[in-house]
Amino acid sequence: MSNQDKSIIKAEEMVLNMGPQHPSTHGVLRLKIHTDGEVVSKIEPIMGYLHRCFEKHCENLSYEQIVPYTDRCDYLASMHMNHSYAIAVEKLLEIEIPERVEYIRIIVAELQRIASHLVAIGAFGLDVGAITPFTWALRDRERILDLFEMLCGARLLYNYIWPGGVSHDLAPKFVHHTNEFLDYFEPMIKEYDQILSGNIIFVERTADVGIITPEVGINFGVTGPSLRGSGIPHDLRKDEPYSIYDKFDFDVPVGKGMMGSVGDCWDRYWVRMREMEESIKILRQALGRIPSGDVHSAIPKKVRPSKGEIYSRYETARGDVGFYIRSGGKNIPQRLKMRSPAFCNLSVFSEISEGWMMSDVITILGSLDIVLGEIDR
Amino acid sequence: MTSSIDTLLLSFSPLNLPYSVAVVISILINGVFIFLLMALFATVAVYFERKVSAFMQDRLGPMEAGIFGFKGGKKFWGGIGQTIADAIKLLTTEDILPNDADKKLMIIAPFIIFMGALLTFIGIPFSDGIIISNFNIGVFYVMAMSSVGVIGIILAGWASNNKWSLYGAMRSAAQIISYEIPLGLSILLPVLVVGSLEIGDIVGWQAQHRWFIFHSPFMFIAFFIFFVSGLAETNRTPFDIPEAESELVAGWMTEYSGFRWAIFFLSEYANMLIVSIISSVLFLGGWLSPMRIFNIFPQSWLFFDGVVWGIFWLFTKALFLVFVMMWFRWTFPRLRVDQLMHLCWKVFIPFALANLFFVSIWELIFS
Repeated sequence: MSNQDKSIIKAEEMVLNMGPQHPSTHGVLRLKIHTDGEVVSKIEPIMGYLHRCFEKHCENLSYEQIVPYTDRCDYLASMHMNHSYAIAVEKLLEIEIPERVEYIRIIVAELQRIASHLVAIGAFGLDVGAITPFTWALRDRERILDLFEMLCGARLLYNYIWPGGVSHDLAPKFVHHTNEFLDYFEPMIKEYDQILSGNIIFVERTADVGIITPEVGINFGVTGPSLRGSGIPHDLRKDEPYSIYDKFDFDVPVGKGMMGSVGDCWDRYWVRMREMEESIKILRQALGRIPSGDVHSAIPKKVRPSKGEIYSRYETARGDVGFYIRSGGKNIPQRLKMRSPAFCNLSVFSEISEGWMMSDVITILGSLDIVLGEIDR
Repeated sequence: MTSSIDTLLLSFSPLNLPYSVAVVISILINGVFIFLLMALFATVAVYFERKVSAFMQDRLGPMEAGIFGFKGGKKFWGGIGQTIADAIKLLTTEDILPNDADKKLMIIAPFIIFMGALLTFIGIPFSDGIIISNFNIGVFYVMAMSSVGVIGIILAGWASNNKWSLYGAMRSAAQIISYEIPLGLSILLPVLVVGSLEIGDIVGWQAQHRWFIFHSPFMFIAFFIFFVSGLAETNRTPFDIPEAESELVAGWMTEYSGFRWAIFFLSEYANMLIVSIISSVLFLGGWLSPMRIFNIFPQSWLFFDGVVWGIFWLFTKALFLVFVMMWFRWTFPRLRVDQLMHLCWKVFIPFALANLFFVSIWELIFS
């Protein structure tokens, strides 16, 4: 099914309201779907059900107080949001970070990437009707959450990475437990490949569905695994290495159209699977050569940047998150704007899913891996 | 082969009851028996499904609810009272009829679906001679009755006055009606070979020769087509698109709650049992012991045969197929509507027709 072979006989259109209370809209997204039988002719995504005035709040909070608010943006990758915000503030303050802190940050960021991708592929499987991979994914994510709990006591909203440092040094035996987890998790990826990647019905449902061509992807500002699925190796960790990513050896997996066309749902899924492997690679390198030092030494006593503005980019599990901060010389930012990757990824949704069937709409939405907390902010 | 209604009527004869009263009583006894069987099977199967899915998903499943303080062991039997607790919960929850729903149809729909399953059991054998009523058109009757339920599904979806339910109902109607064809064509093969529609005759043939699944390579394909079409008939994954959880919430059942929903559930599991028993009877030798697969053992070895062992073998085979259904459910994603139709019309029906042709030739040559 695609745009051209729509049925010739057109019936009256039916408007369906999917969400905000619907199991597959990944939160409180509402979709107004115009359907002709099973074929979808038009989709209007309606957002804002989770709007919490994040940016306005930030104008009234000191720089340190904003960190827990960033947690709540992308609640499946809180560490990434902490990290990206911390990097932005550090750029504004122009402070140097101890190397141990950088290593710790990269370790937690890559663990978080695995955890977030696990939820993404699990929930994607759930969207096409496979329930078992989801429970497997959450089982393994649980172990990462245990590691984070060991680190900072929290399992979902960490408030761990602060401007200038991290809240706690690594827990004793953290490195050992993380290594243990990696040894356990690496063979598990093969198991996921067996139950999902090669599953004939899964391939049937996802290959050649919801194709984002490279042009469309770039024009709509799609980033992250969703863009890499279209074959564009755009990864800020490689292109504009922040933190100390330039010291690590890893690849940027891109969609190759192995099961269908380049940029279909299966490619986006596959890129996430391979990215977990790359994260394991980075983690093994980072865990092997983590230096010692004090993690609190660079945390400024008072965060009061001088007048100026900054825009910093960061590669989260969902794409480029950008923080624009304008400082008026006070301890609170004058203006803070966040570029939400999931929001931009969602903008391509109605473009690529019109003309597909009802079930495909769910598949495509699942493959974009949106988090409503970040879209609505 | 006798039927249990006849047996009951015979046993009432010393009481000198009027014939009509005796018939009504024996029908009632049989009806209650079927209902209890359905309820019991649903209870066991739900528990079984939970544990099977938990086993496949690396979790424990229900662990807390017990019966009379018996909580079961650490691993497998934990939470043995869970289904009973669920049943009580379902029976006591509020029964909601939406304001804008077509109330009469909405009330009737569950009964029609339930009747479809209940009436099918009349033609379903449980062992040699244990069958409610032994028709000479038994297979045909079972096929006919098992498709009654689709009317109830369409009614339920339409009466709910909910767009999602309507989608589910329409998908279900298209799916069930389409898959009747490969199902029927596959049933035709044993009938063709035996030359009778009576279930007793079909199993009798298998007792004399071999199980139908090993009759010829084509029969093996026929069994596969039959079983997969049966999955589609019962709306199980990977063919659960009428109630596609992630798309249609619960499809045609969305607006139902409480007891009415419980009846849907009961019928769904009853249908699973029906498909499994019919596939065992038609292709896997029914109530015959596995020693009769090829009929190579001498008669004196066959001490596992007989009426009681028959029940055991039939239910072992049927429950294994039920397990396979669950296995499918927790392994495969769901097909899309057009892929479902593609599978039926462009794969199964041509194959089933070719099967029919080749089995006829096979019979011509080898029999």
